[in-house]
Amino acid sequence: MSDPARFIDIQKVTKRFGSVTAVDAVDLQIARGEFFSLLGASGCGKTTLLRMLAGFESPTEGEILIDGQPMAAVAAHRRPTNMVFQSYAIFPHLNVGQNIAYGLRKERLPKLELKKRVDEALEMIKLSGYASRRADQLSGGQRQRVALARALIRRPKVLLLDEPLGALDKKLREEMQLELRQLQESLGITFVFVTHDQEEALTMSDRIAVMSAGNVLQVDDPHSLYERPSCAQVAAFIGSMNFLKGKVRGRENGHAVVEAEGLGTIRAEAVAGEFGEGAPILLAIRPEKLAITDSAERAPLDNYVGAIEGKIAAASYLGDRSHYYVTLPGVQRPLAVAAQNVDRETEGWLQSGAPVWLSWQPKGPILLPAE
Amino acid sequence: MSEGALARPGTAPAAAGDDLLTRWRRRYLRSEGIRGWCLSAPALFVVIAALAVPIGLLVLFSFWTQDYVHIDTSLTLHNYQLIARRTVYLEVFLRSVAISGLVTLMTVTLAYPLAYYVAFDVTRKKMVWLILITLPFWTSYLLRVFAWKIILGYGGVVNSGLQWLGLIEEPLSFLLYNPFAVILTLAHAWAAFAILPIYVSLEKIDRSLLEAATDLGDGPIERFWRVTFPLSMPGVIAAAIVIFIPTVGDYVTPALVGGPSGLMIANLIQTQFSKANDWPLGAALSIASMVTVTLIACLFVWFSKKATARIA
Amino acid sequence: MSTIARQGRGFRAGYAFLYLAFLYIPVLFLPLFSFNSGIYVAFPIQGWTLKWYGTLLVNDRLHEALGNSLEVAVAAALISTTLAIFAAKAFTRYRYRGQRLSLGVVMLPMVMPDIIVGVSLLILLNQVGIGLGLHSVIIGHTMICLPFAVAVLMSRMEGFDRNLEEASLDLGEGPVATFFRVTLPLILPGVVASLLLTFTISFDEFIIAFFLSATDTTLPVFIWSQLRFPQRLPTVLALGACILVFSACLVVFSEWFRRRGQVSAGPGVWS
Ligand SMILES: Nc1ncnc2c1ncn2[C@@H]1O[C@H](COP(=O)(O)OP(=O)(O)OP(=O)(O)O)[C@@H](O)[C@H]1O
Ligand SMILES: [Mg+2]
Repeated sequence: MSDPARFIDIQKVTKRFGSVTAVDAVDLQIARGEFFSLLGASGCGKTTLLRMLAGFESPTEGEILIDGQPMAAVAAHRRPTNMVFQSYAIFPHLNVGQNIAYGLRKERLPKLELKKRVDEALEMIKLSGYASRRADQLSGGQRQRVALARALIRRPKVLLLDEPLGALDKKLREEMQLELRQLQESLGITFVFVTHDQEEALTMSDRIAVMSAGNVLQVDDPHSLYERPSCAQVAAFIGSMNFLKGKVRGRENGHAVVEAEGLGTIRAEAVAGEFGEGAPILLAIRPEKLAITDSAERAPLDNYVGAIEGKIAAASYLGDRSHYYVTLPGVQRPLAVAAQNVDRETEGWLQSGAPVWLSWQPKGPILLPAE
Repeated sequence: MSEGALARPGTAPAAAGDDLLTRWRRRYLRSEGIRGWCLSAPALFVVIAALAVPIGLLVLFSFWTQDYVHIDTSLTLHNYQLIARRTVYLEVFLRSVAISGLVTLMTVTLAYPLAYYVAFDVTRKKMVWLILITLPFWTSYLLRVFAWKIILGYGGVVNSGLQWLGLIEEPLSFLLYNPFAVILTLAHAWAAFAILPIYVSLEKIDRSLLEAATDLGDGPIERFWRVTFPLSMPGVIAAAIVIFIPTVGDYVTPALVGGPSGLMIANLIQTQFSKANDWPLGAALSIASMVTVTLIACLFVWFSKKATARIA
Repeated sequence: MSTIARQGRGFRAGYAFLYLAFLYIPVLFLPLFSFNSGIYVAFPIQGWTLKWYGTLLVNDRLHEALGNSLEVAVAAALISTTLAIFAAKAFTRYRYRGQRLSLGVVMLPMVMPDIIVGVSLLILLNQVGIGLGLHSVIIGHTMICLPFAVAVLMSRMEGFDRNLEEASLDLGEGPVATFFRVTLPLILPGVVASLLLTFTISFDEFIIAFFLSATDTTLPVFIWSQLRFPQRLPTVLALGACILVFSACLVVFSEWFRRRGQVSAGPGVWS
């Protein structure tokens, strides 16, 4: 019995295609029964890593273990994994039932038993009665479900999903996100889910690995990833973030005192590592942790600190909230501020060029290493 | 989650030690090269054993000499000197290249409008047209060539038909047994090989490119020369190569409709391997013609690529 | 549509029909004169007869040549298509050093004049001491058919998502089962097309067989030997007409098969 926290153990795995390094010395441990996401921009090596788990590519260096077994000498068709392909790869010469039953041949089930299993699978994906439909008569969402059922009917230890919702429209995608998560929870199978959609990763995953250019930048649960990013790249990739250059000036009951451009000397939390005095850092603060008012008397708002005067550079109205870009004296890039439109009379409230005052939540600003 | 529901029957991999078998399996799985070479090896073997080796041998043979039945295996340039000295050979070489060149030009030019018609004008019955075009080419090549002999012959279809209609008194004797009969016959026999590649390259052209050209102010004729034609060039080049190379080496057509003035290289080569029984000379003729054809084909491809680049 | 465009279209349509006439009329003289009771292929037609078709039935040398040709063509088609399936898989599914070179080598026979293939094989077989006969024709034909088979199958293999094969491996089928359950059914129309094409190429090939068949004549070599005798011409014409009809049926069949392959409904799961 292997260590359940290291159910999938990716050890220093590198994959090179000629001179391109698609995956660069990645170390990852995925626990049994976890919903684990690989998140990253296009071309960062997510698919390549997934294909190495499935056995379609073999690592140039490093080792992959699943359930304690080294996988290097195990061919794709003998691995305890199954995959839902991005293109779904539904066999066009077989109908839905034959597609779902495809992987059961080796089990040599009696016909009735086979039919029962396939019917169960069809019921699970809410496509009962579709067994004799042709593959090309299915909609995108239905194809996706068939691909899922076809993989799950084999009861794999690990299900690999390569952007399975990428081809679906927004509404269907949100429905499927919920269904997939429920399915994973009821089956308890380990899911490794590839996506480049950060919202999707945040809503579905137990843990997320953020990748960039073949490297894993950070592995954490959604909340920590958002609130305690380990570096500016992760902070910028997940949600949006304002960065201000600064220097550490000292410490004060557990917090760092920082001198940041535009904001002056303020207190901030160091979430990633320790910084010595005088170290150059980036002060990061999320738009929704800033508050904006149009009068100096009202700043700061209750529970907020600071009152920095700036000017609106641009404003966009999004219905439930508005986004403002505020220029501060001495800061090159305007700061993004998100404000909930609680008041129905907000229209025309803050125009471009209007003077405003910014304040922030005391726990809002965090310190990140300078690049 | 219980262990039982997750376990897959019968697929647990054997514990992998680092023994020889494992290492070998690992290498096979890792290397696309090994799999690729293994799969293509039989085909490569056939082509190497039945083409590359024989041609190597042909080259060797061309440096030998034959005296009736005895073959002298000392290496000499004798055969090549003979080919260079005798003007007959040079003449036949030139004629073969000229005939094939004309055939290529003619088939490609004649085929282009048809390919264009099927690719752009025919909308629904494309497949019918393609079948109609290819159908005659599924019949015997020999018979297609022979058909022209009975058409053009002294007592053949054209002459007897014209006489029967009272249009001529005496049969026309200039129809058969000359280079023009060869050109006409070859142009007919190889038509599909020009139409299909050109059709494919025209069909592949993205229609929005043509709309873009019109949108940018090109009339139909300008648009053809500036967009359609350059984009169909790969098909034209392929068609030319596919016709030129085999027709230079064609034996049947000159033998049936060429007469003495329409003889080509293949007839010369064949003579050396039968009546004249001088295999080394035949080998030298083969090598010489192969080299000539290859050079011309390469030059042609190079030039037409340059020309296309110039237009585009 | 502008008038110029419409006129151009009209011209091209007219031209296309003229071109078809040019393609068909010479070939159609063969069946026409095969029904002529006179020996000479000339107008006017002397009278209508089927007797030349009768002579086809009793010509032993013709039957022998036909048998030889069928044997050679079936063998060459099967061998070259089988080899090409593997080669096409290697050329389309993997990336490795030497791949382009290998592809070039396999495609080489396509740009080699057949007469050179014929004489070089003749010399090789002579030197090695393997006698001539149908086996040597099969070797030559397999080789010249190979590039056509590879081209047909490669385009078919490139036409489907390689994820499908990976999906099969992923679902626990080994490489062999994957080949039979996924690859083969999907390339089947290509396999049939390749078999038909290579069969026809071999069945029709003259010059290589002329050099290599020795006394086991194939059908084209037999026809060639008959062309010199005017009195045997009508029989050859009747034979030509038969080949024409047979080929037409073959093409129509292959087209029908291709169409069927595109809309394969397939039987129900449980049948
Ligand atoms: N078979 C291959 N040969 C050469 N390079 C490859 C191959 N497969 C992937 N790459 C390269 O490896 C890098 C990572 O590719 P990969 O497909 O893993 O990215 P990805 O993160 O899945 O991107 P996307 O979100 O676009 O799917 C890319 O630069 C890609 O060009
Ligand atoms: Mg990908």
